[in-house]
Amino acid sequence: MNTSGPTLAIARNTFTELVRQKVFFFLLIFALLIIGNSAFMAKFSFQEQFQMLKDISLGAMSVFTSLIAILATANFLPKDMEDRTIYTLLSKPVPRYRYLLGKLLGIIALLAVATLLMSVLFLAILWLRESTVLAETRAQLQGASAEEISLALKEVTNATFNANLLPGIVIIFIKSSLLASLTLFLSSFATSSIFTIIMAAALYFIGHLQATAREYWLSGVDVEWWSRLLPALVALLFPDLQAFNLTDDIIAGTAVPVALFLNTAGLGILYVTVYFTLAALVFSGREL
Amino acid sequence: MSGRKFLAIGLLGVFGAAILPFQSQLQAKAQAAHFRKAGLSIDLRERIGQAGFLAALSGFRSPLAAILWIKAHTAWENTEWGRMAGLFETVTTLQPRSLTYWDMAAWHMAWNASVAALQNEKQPSEALRIRAQRAYIQLGKDFLERGISNNPDRPELHVQLGVLLRDKLEDHCAAADEFLKAAQFPDAPPYAARFAGYEMAKCPGREREAYDYLRRLYQAGEKQRLPTLINLLRKMENNLDIPQSDRVASEDKPSEN
Repeated sequence: MNTSGPTLAIARNTFTELVRQKVFFFLLIFALLIIGNSAFMAKFSFQEQFQMLKDISLGAMSVFTSLIAILATANFLPKDMEDRTIYTLLSKPVPRYRYLLGKLLGIIALLAVATLLMSVLFLAILWLRESTVLAETRAQLQGASAEEISLALKEVTNATFNANLLPGIVIIFIKSSLLASLTLFLSSFATSSIFTIIMAAALYFIGHLQATAREYWLSGVDVEWWSRLLPALVALLFPDLQAFNLTDDIIAGTAVPVALFLNTAGLGILYVTVYFTLAALVFSGREL
Repeated sequence: MSGRKFLAIGLLGVFGAAILPFQSQLQAKAQAAHFRKAGLSIDLRERIGQAGFLAALSGFRSPLAAILWIKAHTAWENTEWGRMAGLFETVTTLQPRSLTYWDMAAWHMAWNASVAALQNEKQPSEALRIRAQRAYIQLGKDFLERGISNNPDRPELHVQLGVLLRDKLEDHCAAADEFLKAAQFPDAPPYAARFAGYEMAKCPGREREAYDYLRRLYQAGEKQRLPTLINLLRKMENNLDIPQSDRVASEDKPSEN
């Protein structure tokens, strides 16, 4: 028996449904943002231009993928119940966890395509700006020594594309997948999509403070036990989202060691798996 | 149903406890690789406001820094030097690993703001104008020094500090040391080593050391044999009475430089 069939069919259907809801229109805003940014930045030095182009583009990429992850995931369960499609699906021999897995895979596929499209757009603009600045530099340095020209060109290329941007983008995708599975867990017991969205947004902010809470809790600061209870709860129950913010430093030129990248990616995948398992556990007992 | 919910939350807590050591280890690894080092303090919270601080905490440090940098640029266009310095302070706190921000902040302060302070027509006292000029140069130097301490693995800011010490403070001995520090990095620009030698030559008491250093550079290959270096070696050979047989510069044709 082909067990992956129904899961993939649900995933495909979820992806198609989200595309039909014109989710990709956000790409237009993303394009306007980075093209506008790149035109506006012309008055800055090329180092500043590239720095800000990367800052704004990767920041926007992170915002858009996080929003899609939370909104798309929070919406599907209430919508399927309202449309009654969930009853049709679950009346067939499809276990509940497979239904959830299909939905999650569909959303993750959407996030992957969205991240890929934004990355292509961002890298294309970066490449175009680099070509323009390189041509300007060559024109300005006509008659200079070969060493001077090569140094100046190297300075431009160093300020633009950096191979570390790619692992940074992968981590943005993994973080958004984590948010999708966290939202899935919340929606497995939530009664409305509004509740799920508000809770997921709150968890997003708390998750970014998890590392601070963890440090405070583990540092053994000499205070009353109850004042350490809240940080302990935050450290234990919430994901460490700050661990996935590598791009801030990558943009600044910091290189990502392979071990750090693999560990961060592994942590993200582990969170996705755990939140999905817990969502399946709660959803399997839910009265529909 | 509610039993499963509690079970799920309990399991989440167990999972959280199980991965605590891994999370702490990952954070240590990240910090060792110069990630997650930005100091988001109460002082920064006061400077960027609640919304800005929330954005910085939520993983939007770099876009926030870019927006504040644009503000600083507007302040520059309006020649609001004090406001600019404050914004630079915030931007560099948000993005301490960005060399561009440290470098540009230092340049604006030590070059633009200092010259503007010296030429400030609203200040009739020349002594006060000079004092303000020095204060801005010092501010620029301070940006570079803090940039270096935040980026100890990079040569670029050592070069910029060397340039500032050379051109703005005329402290050739300190400039030579900075260029030397930069030259020790494998990815240092090739001129850093030459600049170290040129500045060392201007540092009283280090002339012989400078000659030996420049001579080693000269012997390192054609790439370092630039007219400035050859002319300086020639001049130093005369000043230091280097025997004709030991002179290296005679092999080269006189240059126009």
